[in-house]
Amino acid sequence: MEILVCVKRVPDTSENEIELNSAGNDIERGDLVYSINEPDNYAVEEALQIAARVGGKVSVVTVGGEDDEEVLRREMAMGASHGILLSDPGFAGSDGRGIASILKAFVQKGSYDLILTGVQAEDGAAQVGGMLAAMLDYPFASLVTSIDVLDEKKLKVSREIEGGNKEVSEIDLPSVLSIQTGINEPRYVGMKGIRAVQSVPIPTQGAGDLGLKPAEIGAAAKVTRMDYFVPVLGTGARMLDKSREENAEEVLELIAAKGGLK
Amino acid sequence: MARIFAYIIHKNGVADDSAAELAAAASKIDAHAACTAIVIGSGSELDSVCAAVQVSFAEVWKISNAALAYPNAELIRPLLAKIVPAGSVVLLPHDHFSIDLAPGLSVKLNAAFVSDVLGIDGLDGHFLKLVRQEFGGQVSAHVKCDASSGAVITIRPGAFKAVAGPKPVGVVLDKSAEIGSLTAGRRYLETIVAEASDVDITKHAVLVSIGRGIQEKDNVGIAQELAEALGAAVSCSRPVVDAKWLEKSRQVGSSGKTVKPKVYLACGISGAFQHLAGIKGNPFIIAINKNPKAPIFQVADIGIVDDILEFLPQLTSKVQEMRGAAAK
Repeated sequence: MEILVCVKRVPDTSENEIELNSAGNDIERGDLVYSINEPDNYAVEEALQIAARVGGKVSVVTVGGEDDEEVLRREMAMGASHGILLSDPGFAGSDGRGIASILKAFVQKGSYDLILTGVQAEDGAAQVGGMLAAMLDYPFASLVTSIDVLDEKKLKVSREIEGGNKEVSEIDLPSVLSIQTGINEPRYVGMKGIRAVQSVPIPTQGAGDLGLKPAEIGAAAKVTRMDYFVPVLGTGARMLDKSREENAEEVLELIAAKGGLK
Repeated sequence: MARIFAYIIHKNGVADDSAAELAAAASKIDAHAACTAIVIGSGSELDSVCAAVQVSFAEVWKISNAALAYPNAELIRPLLAKIVPAGSVVLLPHDHFSIDLAPGLSVKLNAAFVSDVLGIDGLDGHFLKLVRQEFGGQVSAHVKCDASSGAVITIRPGAFKAVAGPKPVGVVLDKSAEIGSLTAGRRYLETIVAEASDVDITKHAVLVSIGRGIQEKDNVGIAQELAEALGAAVSCSRPVVDAKWLEKSRQVGSSGKTVKPKVYLACGISGAFQHLAGIKGNPFIIAINKNPKAPIFQVADIGIVDDILEFLPQLTSKVQEMRGAAAK
């Protein structure tokens, strides 16, 4: 099975406090630690496990710039056999629709049985996978938490729905699935693994290679972010700022006062 | 102004709370809009759903077909693309169904798409100004959306308050004959209901709830010791389940359990809305987090900026001290 996984490099929210810049129009990007978007990493692991079970190859693709090569290499260190960077000055400013159009053009140049994305990016809208499927007229399932290959034409997939319940469906190939975190346990990637793929060439394809017209991408975006801001929601918490021990004492008193001690 | 449609989520003949919230959101886009509800399903239970939403919408489109008994987005998307006029604004609640349906629908309608909207600042010409969040709610963003060829917008549950007051009762139109053939490359098989577990976090008055801040599996014991001392239960947010440190039945949130404790200790939990959606009944929330910018501090009653790996053992020993003193 030929599997393509669409990945994105994002600021890592577990490593960063996201703050506004001084102008208030963007987040402060100077000291941000970037990493692969977490659900995308689960998607790559799932692709590798499927390929190991039924045979096949896993390719990873991203839309971005030179800095984004690092996430492709990381996923190649996990076991993906190809990494492709889709990059062009004309891609700048693309909305989700634009990104999906770029990926669609790339997918149509190849032959993939299954396309995976992460369910949502940290700075995203849970949109590209569903849009890509619609553009390709492939069936789509989101929030996928398990995949069984039934035969070379169909899969059995579970989706996460409300209350911890799962919706089970059969889906025809080729299809696009968006992968939820927790579907597997992504393998560890060490420095040694990264070094092993450090010199593997990563081909780059631009708008011309993909036959994309300006009206589909970049500045043609219908959706644009105007600014970032920090909302004021209600009064916020009363902050306890004494010593750790005094804070603990006060918390205990509060729990007792709220009838929480049996 | 474009027509506005609202997709109605319903179950067992009862319309979801989101129906009235979508009507409220529609009035924020255009106070005079005559919004149309779309109710899709099968059987007589659809009539009670239509009757329930008639009071919030000017018009109700009912689509009934045995093949639509289960809401399979792959069947419903082409159907909507066929019946919704070009240039319309379509509103849906942001949930697992719209995550499936809506992005592709925007492509099929050639409309703009914005997901998980918490605020609508109104319409300026054909531009909608909307508010959404990024980075797990750490920052919000204003988004400009060109709705000249329509828009598909998913609305965060609970973000818009249903508008009270009597309204003209909308007319119900049966559109079932207009949907064309129903086939899809994805077929619904079954729903697997979450298993019951030994600890039922929905029944506890106090929850010691842990998030990513617990850092590793070996640290879960720190929370368990506190819960034991308090007579509470340990619950958690999604990353703890993803890492397999606790079982799924302990997860609070929209994809986990809905809890109604008296006191909720949010320990190392950032406070993403999917998590907060599982906390009901207005409990007293005490949040402990190393990150002073964590969104949880906006909704908590009490906040402490500290490392839970240091703070929780301190609190446990205070509880034990108190219990010890009381026993003497």
